[in-house]
Amino acid sequence: MMEWFSDNGLLLGLALLDGLSYAALVFMVAVGLNLVFGVLRIVNVAHGSLFAIGAYTAASIGIFFASLGLPAWAGYIALVLSALLVGAVLGPLIERLLLRRIYGHEDVLQLLVTFALFMILEDVQKLIWGVQPIMQDAPMKFLGTVDIPFGEDVIPFTAYQLFVLPGVAVATLAALAWFLRRTLTGRVIVAVTTDKEAATAMGIDAAKIMLLTFSFGAGLAALGGALASPTTSLVPGVGASTIVLSFAVVATAGLGQIEGAALTSLMIGLGRSIAVYFAPEFEVVVPYIIMVAVLLVRPQGLFGVLETRRV
Amino acid sequence: MKRETLLAIVGALALILCAWAIPWLKFVLTVALAKGIAVLGILLLLRAGQVSFGHAMFLAVGAYTVAFVAPSVPEVLLLLPLAALLATALGLVIGLFLVRYRDIFFGMLNLALSMVIYSLLEKMYAITHGTDGIRIAALTFAGVSLEREVQEWVMFGIALTLAIGFGLLVRAYLGSPMGRALAGIKTRETRLEFMGVSARLVLLFAYVLSALMGGVGGALVSMTTRHVTPQLAYWTSSGELVFIAILGGAGSALGPFLGATAFELVRVYAAAAVADAWQMILGGVLLLVILFAPGGVWGILSSKLKGRGA
Repeated sequence: MMEWFSDNGLLLGLALLDGLSYAALVFMVAVGLNLVFGVLRIVNVAHGSLFAIGAYTAASIGIFFASLGLPAWAGYIALVLSALLVGAVLGPLIERLLLRRIYGHEDVLQLLVTFALFMILEDVQKLIWGVQPIMQDAPMKFLGTVDIPFGEDVIPFTAYQLFVLPGVAVATLAALAWFLRRTLTGRVIVAVTTDKEAATAMGIDAAKIMLLTFSFGAGLAALGGALASPTTSLVPGVGASTIVLSFAVVATAGLGQIEGAALTSLMIGLGRSIAVYFAPEFEVVVPYIIMVAVLLVRPQGLFGVLETRRV
Repeated sequence: MKRETLLAIVGALALILCAWAIPWLKFVLTVALAKGIAVLGILLLLRAGQVSFGHAMFLAVGAYTVAFVAPSVPEVLLLLPLAALLATALGLVIGLFLVRYRDIFFGMLNLALSMVIYSLLEKMYAITHGTDGIRIAALTFAGVSLEREVQEWVMFGIALTLAIGFGLLVRAYLGSPMGRALAGIKTRETRLEFMGVSARLVLLFAYVLSALMGGVGGALVSMTTRHVTPQLAYWTSSGELVFIAILGGAGSALGPFLGATAFELVRVYAAAAVADAWQMILGGVLLLVILFAPGGVWGILSSKLKGRGA
């Protein structure tokens, strides 16, 4: 055991750091998906596309800012701007034009409507940004790297992935918890999640809350994408792979749990990055193995509450 | 019911005519029939109100069975049952555990398992050649190796025969007590249990049957396209199967074939017209169908026919 550690300790450290930053991104997507499902009762298959569009938009704005000669920190404004744009423009557009028409329809149809939306958004993405990889890593380079002492060794790790990504995720978690439990709008969202009919009977404008929640979830997905964009080169297909992973997180955590989603993101993020370093052929499988293992033992998810069976 | 039979015969004749008149279309139609067989399985699950976003895994199992075994046994008549058998076995193993779940968890677990199979196919390069896929060498039919043109006709014929066979099977099954109990899972599962019917057993039977048809469909697809890639098992391929089921209409065993033919034709023509936006066109078609023709192609046709009869 000790011997293994001295041989692989460094690798494990790197895997843990990588896993942490990866988990942060997964959380941003999964929590939005979870929130949207809670209020709209629709599993949004196109949620991953919003992540991808957020990433591409952030890269485009970042490149535009750079061409204007703005300093490197402006890249961070690009990230936020992208999330705001997707949340405030694309979100309401999708909810009003499309999802509004299918509330209360069969699950299958709702799932397929968002699948159709996914297909459309994937091509929109290709038409706007092409299929060539796009790279805009100015925000990451701006902060440089940090040397992390690890035993006798030192791991150089980008400050962006070490501080910014987990920092934003933790801030999001805290802000969401405060928002949902302490503010009026937040509590109204929780009320609609729990019982839409009763909430409506109390005079809550459920339609407005649904619009708000969907746009907010879309913005979170886009923010996740924007944050991810400096760490990787963007290629088509990123939306498709993101969504399946966040499905895994949401199903493992159980529906309607934000803290649970955070913990599960961490679990799956770490599991995946450990696999990347030690058994790369199983990289993609690990999240699903975790999910299947959890659901075998707890069919309602780790933190889910068992719903009463329909009689 | 008579109209359904009539429509089936007319449809089969129309397919043969199209395949004969436009030779290159034969390939498209064979793939459409093969996918239609797989979609029949989705239809069964839809009857129970369950949607599997991972059924492409059974297609992939069927297709890769052909790819792995074909070099040593290139016989179509042996490969097809073997692919069906393996897919059925996998369906039984997965089904035993999946039938405990409903709705979103059922869909997501299917998705997760299909993604596991996808990544195994992609990552085990030494065996599967990863994303390059495997090319399938020439096959024989009843021991005879055929030239290309004849081979295409034979594959088309097999696909059409199997499509009719499985269509009849599914119709008989849906009319049987086991098949009718599927609708009970969708509406009130507890009532089924009160009547002494095991809902899990009912769903398991449908699931295994759907896996079998998925395997057959996959084997046919691989024999026609002569090339298999992990993409077959990707979740978007599973989504396509559900798409086809809704496009065709879940009301009849003919629906999947109507849907698959429409889907493949739209895909071919859209891809030829706008190479980068065919997915967008398919997505648009899907939205239009769901919003304005929830009964699918079958629904449109049957209401037209009924209108004429009245």
